[in-house]
Amino acid sequence: MAEARRVNRMWRNMNAKIAAIPMVLTTLVVFVGGTFWTVLYSFTDSKLLPRERFIGFDQYERLWSNSRWLTSIENLMIYGVLSLVFTISIGFLLAVAMDQKIRYEDTFRTIMLYPFALSFIVTGLVWQWILNPEFGIQSIVRSLGWETFTFNPLNDPKLVLYGLLIAGLWQGTGFVMCLMLAGLRGIDEDIWKAARVDGIPTWKTYLLIILPMMRPVFITTLVIVAAGIIKLYDLVVAQTSGGPGTASQVPAMYVYDYMFQAQNLGQGFAASTMMLLTVLIVLIPWAYLEFGGKKHG
Amino acid sequence: MTNSIEVKDLTLNFGSVSVLKNMNLNVAEGEFVVLLGPSGCGKSTLLNCLAGLLEITDGQIFIKGKNVTWAEPNERGIGMVFQSYALYPQMTVRGNLSFGLKNAKVPRDEIEKKVARAAEILQIGPLLDRKPAALSGGQRQRVAIGRALVRDVDVFLFDEPLSNLDAKLRSELRVEIKRLHAQLKNTMVYVTHDQIEALTLADRIAVMRGGIIQQLAAPQEIYNRPANLFVAGFIGSPSMNFLHGATIDGGQAFQLGDLKLALAGYEGGIVGARDKVILGLRPEHLVVQDGAEPGVTIPAMVELDEPMGADSLVWLQAAGTQMSVRVPVERRMAPGTKVHLKVDMSKASLFDAGSEVRI
Amino acid sequence: MVDATAVLTRTDAEPRGTKPKRALSGRNIMIYGTLFVFSLYYLLPLWVMVMTSLKGMPEIRMGNIFAPPVEITFEPWVKAWSQACTGLNCDGLSRGFWNSVRILIPSVILSIVVASVNGYALTFWKFKGSDIFFTILIFGAFIPYQVMLYPIVILLREMGLYGSLWGLVLVHTIFGMPILTLLFRNYFSTIPEELFKAARVDGAGFWSIYAKILMPMSLPIFVVAIILQVTGIWNDFLFGVVYTKPDLYPMTVQLNNIVNSVQGVKEYNVNMAATLLTGLVPLFIYFVSGKLFVRGIAAGAVKG
Ligand SMILES: Nc1ncnc2c1ncn2[C@@H]1O[C@H](COP(=O)(O)OP(=O)(O)OP(=O)(O)O)[C@@H](O)[C@H]1O
Ligand SMILES: [Mg+2]
Repeated sequence: MAEARRVNRMWRNMNAKIAAIPMVLTTLVVFVGGTFWTVLYSFTDSKLLPRERFIGFDQYERLWSNSRWLTSIENLMIYGVLSLVFTISIGFLLAVAMDQKIRYEDTFRTIMLYPFALSFIVTGLVWQWILNPEFGIQSIVRSLGWETFTFNPLNDPKLVLYGLLIAGLWQGTGFVMCLMLAGLRGIDEDIWKAARVDGIPTWKTYLLIILPMMRPVFITTLVIVAAGIIKLYDLVVAQTSGGPGTASQVPAMYVYDYMFQAQNLGQGFAASTMMLLTVLIVLIPWAYLEFGGKKHG
Repeated sequence: MTNSIEVKDLTLNFGSVSVLKNMNLNVAEGEFVVLLGPSGCGKSTLLNCLAGLLEITDGQIFIKGKNVTWAEPNERGIGMVFQSYALYPQMTVRGNLSFGLKNAKVPRDEIEKKVARAAEILQIGPLLDRKPAALSGGQRQRVAIGRALVRDVDVFLFDEPLSNLDAKLRSELRVEIKRLHAQLKNTMVYVTHDQIEALTLADRIAVMRGGIIQQLAAPQEIYNRPANLFVAGFIGSPSMNFLHGATIDGGQAFQLGDLKLALAGYEGGIVGARDKVILGLRPEHLVVQDGAEPGVTIPAMVELDEPMGADSLVWLQAAGTQMSVRVPVERRMAPGTKVHLKVDMSKASLFDAGSEVRI
Repeated sequence: MVDATAVLTRTDAEPRGTKPKRALSGRNIMIYGTLFVFSLYYLLPLWVMVMTSLKGMPEIRMGNIFAPPVEITFEPWVKAWSQACTGLNCDGLSRGFWNSVRILIPSVILSIVVASVNGYALTFWKFKGSDIFFTILIFGAFIPYQVMLYPIVILLREMGLYGSLWGLVLVHTIFGMPILTLLFRNYFSTIPEELFKAARVDGAGFWSIYAKILMPMSLPIFVVAIILQVTGIWNDFLFGVVYTKPDLYPMTVQLNNIVNSVQGVKEYNVNMAATLLTGLVPLFIYFVSGKLFVRGIAAGAVKG
């Protein structure tokens, strides 16, 4: 009886279990397995092919004494902070402007959001062209009479990140605006009525009442934007190829180059493990804030 | 008489929470059983177990003598009607009615016949080619009933089928369900929150609390002789009045402070002397009068008078607690008026204050 | 993330700020001024792309990239489509376009089928541990691709799919899974469970409930998923480079190779025509789908 029951339980919902196989394989083999595999092999001296000769933290020591990696990390931090600050503040500013019962709201939204549909490769190439010193903005301003005007970020190691930033913001701010606008519209109408009855000016209502209420939207946006920044790769490849020199290198590029070009897998694994660590540093506090306090049923 | 449904030692846990505990329930063929109880007591869960929509933790379920504990829902010979109708929105009424039959590979012409018959019984013939979105609430619920009807099942399971309807439609459909039962003579298990539905429809009512059946009996029995304090308080609106006191004189009388009521005529017979008992008196079984009769009346003072149309509910301060009494609506009573409440002991209930069981 | 999807559907709601009273108040000038300046920023690259792609090289060398062409020519478009050179060959972007199409169609179909079935199983057929798999899946969306890049190379090699079209299809299915599963699960969980129970009582099994009840009810979410996947897969660069061979490179990779190839004289007009050509498919999807796109990207936000 008990035996029959157990068999019965197993066969129940068999189709559902079969249907879940792709998901189970993906999570276990690729996401969990793949991640552990990479972390494990980052402690080996794998070159062209992975091999199990463990050398402790050597790859990490090499990584952190490699100036190219250090530049990559520094770039990512500068780009990341600037990008976060600007996307979120511009996104919020535009959302507030869009929320003022304006005319042609749909048109404005369409204009702001279309870059998000394009690939980073397209974005990078267009801005490479616009920032081209011979034909782009610099040459136009010069031809207007200001002969000494210089704006050549893509060829200036000190400015190249700003060149990337202009393109990155162009692509992403419209999307953040949409998130923020949705957040604004999700706030209870009565809050506005109450503020108006109390005679609080609109700007003050936004600053003191609405902004704090939008906290969850800001956090979600922050995590989304941050996760995207860490993966930054295509844009740099298309716009600057990491140059001039190594001035606009980013970690994802370092990983790719060591894994698939320099035939130094171990180094690539160590670098990608560091990337994972960075993500965890962003993600764990968020997950803790989001799910830590209350237990989800 | 054969049992249509037999539930043996049914236990159901959600994780570590036990929702149904060792439940036993027999429903006779053609019987209409109503499950009644507070929200969250496990009524829907029991119904889902009967339907095979939940995997039970322990126990056995028989339908028509067949062990269906591990059978799929469609193999159990049951039809189910849900509160939210649960009609397939993209299918027409006809599609909704025939979906189950198609799954059972019933031949086309037979499906046609069955659908036509169900449509006739439920008077939804003209609606057959509409989508559910184009139906009223009452019509939707008829279709949902029809979906169970076409499959010629032995057992109908209803989970609060009328709760989403307004009062008028509800009473109309209630009558309809009663007519349907008289006509089809199926076994029906029906979950509701509505006591009127329970009292009018049921052959027997099962009052549940915390996953345990408190009393399973005919409506009048439940109303007149509640098995325990919970059932007494749960059935009837407004709720039964409870007086906490003791029985004295070897069970001849009930005493609460100065108040003394003779227990002669109490159905439970001689109850003996007990320290702590609870006397339950239904508001409709008390009579308001001006004069006192020792041992039969309770002195009281009117607090509030609530006319409710046909009759009127009077709240009074009596025997140290608040009591309610139902009186004819013409009889208006000003707050502060002093009156006496006459007790009909043959309709009262006595409970042991410790075990809360009827004496 | 879960919030983002729910929240974004509200973009359609009414604006909240106070209604401007006069058309030319200082406040209005500020609001429209801001929106106008930013609109210029967003529109400028599109304008430059189109204008440059319609000019001849001599005109580009002499003039201003913002100016409209004096003499319109479609030569650059033709060249970009059929003659432009990558490092390896000179048959234009057309090869990349068709590669992308061949990658796109099976990837979109497979990823959506798998993810919608996942979402369905996770909503209505929970089994022991199903929630754990779902949690890992969602966390998987945040793991940098770089971490899983090489293990997948090994897996595909073992399966004999490395460098093939089907290998890349599989990769897109895997990496699309977290976000799409979340999308479908969230949608399916708004469907009353009673509907599913009714179908089971009616004798419908796992697949038949999915195909006959759920799918026909859920067309909008399938459309959102299609939008999301078409743009996402079309715009992919990294997986294309890593998991395919040069003759199977998708359009984005080929575009990059054409524009950033170091050989020869730079033909900016051809480059811009090629860039525009590559952007056309997602732009088309964007302009056709309108508000559904907003929902799609909100859901896709986690993809980063
Ligand atoms: N899937 C589930 N997981 C965990 N607990 C559940 C689940 N479904 C129901 N419960 C719990 O089981 C108990 C009984 O639920 P059930 O739905 O049977 O109540 P009910 O009597 O039908 O209530 P109502 O009158 O509100 O419909 C409740 O406490 C509920 O919280
Ligand atoms: Mg219920």
